[in-house]
Amino acid sequence: MEYLEFELPIKELEEQLQKCKVIGEESDVDVSETCTQIEKKLKEAQKDIYKNLTAWQRVQMSRHPERPYTLDYIHAICGDSFLELHGDRGFKDDKAMIGGLGKIGDQSFMFIGQQKGYNTKTRQYRNFGMANPEGYRKALRLMKSAEKFGIPVVTFLDTPGAYPGLEAEERGQGEAIARNILEMTRLKVPVITVVVGEGASGGALGIGVGDVVMMLENTWYSVISPESCSSILWRSWEYKEQAAEALKLTATDMKKLKLVDEIIKEPLGGAHRDRTKTFTSVSNAITKHYEVLKKLSQKDLVAQRMEKYLEMGVYKD
Amino acid sequence: MSWFKRKTKGITTTTEEKKDTPKGLWYKSPTGKVVDAEELEKNFYVSPEDGYHVRIGSKEYFEILFDDNTFKELDKNLDSKDPLKFEDTKKYPARLKAAQEKTNLKDAVRCAVGKSKGKDLVIACMDFAFIGGSMGSVVGEKIARAADYSLKNNLPLMVISKSGGARMMEAALSLMQLAKTSVKLAQLADAGIPYISLCTDPTTGGTTASFAMLGDINISEPGALIGFAGPRIVRDTTGKELPEGFQTAEFLLEHGFLDFITLRKDLKSKVNQYIDLITNQPLRA
Repeated sequence: MEYLEFELPIKELEEQLQKCKVIGEESDVDVSETCTQIEKKLKEAQKDIYKNLTAWQRVQMSRHPERPYTLDYIHAICGDSFLELHGDRGFKDDKAMIGGLGKIGDQSFMFIGQQKGYNTKTRQYRNFGMANPEGYRKALRLMKSAEKFGIPVVTFLDTPGAYPGLEAEERGQGEAIARNILEMTRLKVPVITVVVGEGASGGALGIGVGDVVMMLENTWYSVISPESCSSILWRSWEYKEQAAEALKLTATDMKKLKLVDEIIKEPLGGAHRDRTKTFTSVSNAITKHYEVLKKLSQKDLVAQRMEKYLEMGVYKD
Repeated sequence: MSWFKRKTKGITTTTEEKKDTPKGLWYKSPTGKVVDAEELEKNFYVSPEDGYHVRIGSKEYFEILFDDNTFKELDKNLDSKDPLKFEDTKKYPARLKAAQEKTNLKDAVRCAVGKSKGKDLVIACMDFAFIGGSMGSVVGEKIARAADYSLKNNLPLMVISKSGGARMMEAALSLMQLAKTSVKLAQLADAGIPYISLCTDPTTGGTTASFAMLGDINISEPGALIGFAGPRIVRDTTGKELPEGFQTAEFLLEHGFLDFITLRKDLKSKVNQYIDLITNQPLRA
């Protein structure tokens, strides 16, 4: 188990509890009283720490090395029914953007999402979840294919941003994202979006225009990462905490601003603390919303989605 | 020898009476060519010696594109709020106020309808001078409304992008403007109304990832910087030296993202030529 800096008090208590239990097992000393007390303390510490996370701590949670990634969700939700599909049919298969068909119950869905790696090698292989234009084009190809057959689309957002590389620019990163956003506004099948980790800017929105957009409790979504915001506005990397606060990027803030529709609760301590529970919550949320969306006619579905996005923004008339 | 003796001591000319050279009388292009401001204006704000296209704003583009500089401005009074109470080294309202005072503009885009070569055209033109032409709620809403005006009146739409991207001080609200403007462009596309995107120097970030790249034609001016990630970020991320001409209009044309590059003096006729051709109308002279 890896711990973030602000989780260290929890780590300490968990270690104490472990030791206490070992002593109980290995000797005749009755430690049950002590164990209960440590357990109580631990629960309080957990409650205390996780209920009052700052915006920056949420960002850290969203990047927790043990957090489940897109394919973990899909495999857990769909089991053996998942069939991964590859390629943008123009240039190559982007490993940072995955997609494919799978079932929840009897219903097929087209799953699309950014994929991160879990160790040095796979992180590089997945380009840290930063897709290139071909990734967005692959996503669009799959969405169009889903639309053709009336299959609803589920997208999982988890990216530090679209890849800002030389070749990405040559192949039109901006155009690829723009095209996806436009096509998603008028896609004739339900689109359900879940932010499962980092929702950084256009790179996230490029697969994130949905009828229902949900955020897991410990994720963030904004126009820029707190680090980059700090470097641009404060001209230093030192102000990431302030930037995180200022950007109002947490799930609670985003819900308040009516930019996302729902927050999916995570187990205490984060999605990785009880993966099964997390996967079940996500699966249930998808099903719940699909059951409502599937009743709408194509016309109403698209009109409602368009209306939702046209409402976003705050100004004086 | 008293004929050059100073009778009164000190400087007596008041600041107002000082005969300073007014600012903006001369323009110096990046290659060092100096142009008289009036001559520059007559030459469509292009330096005559080296062809450098000077960055201009909505005022100048409207002047170039609308007949007799006559147009009706749309949603003129839309004004920014501070929904996030955003504060970095400065408070957002203070930044807005300073930008408004400096530029005499309400926000980073102006929209108008008027005749161009005798036919109505809706133009939304961004102003880089206003917080780097950044797109917040006002910019998104105004562009969406301009597109809506096009839709309701069946008129072609032209958006002139000149922007560093989304406005950080409105964070995710700015980001969602990419989706909002795209909704309207999708409706415009479904209605078969032509949309022309002119990418001018610079067009980067969120604008490139939305309306700037979504034209039925995307066009540009010589030498304009166009890209998703700015050149500094690309260099820092990849650690590679950028090739010469990287992210210029010419580079984008070569890589297939622009339909053509036009000199500013030909802009009005090229745009209207496209509109006549795509709508199958007789060509206007």
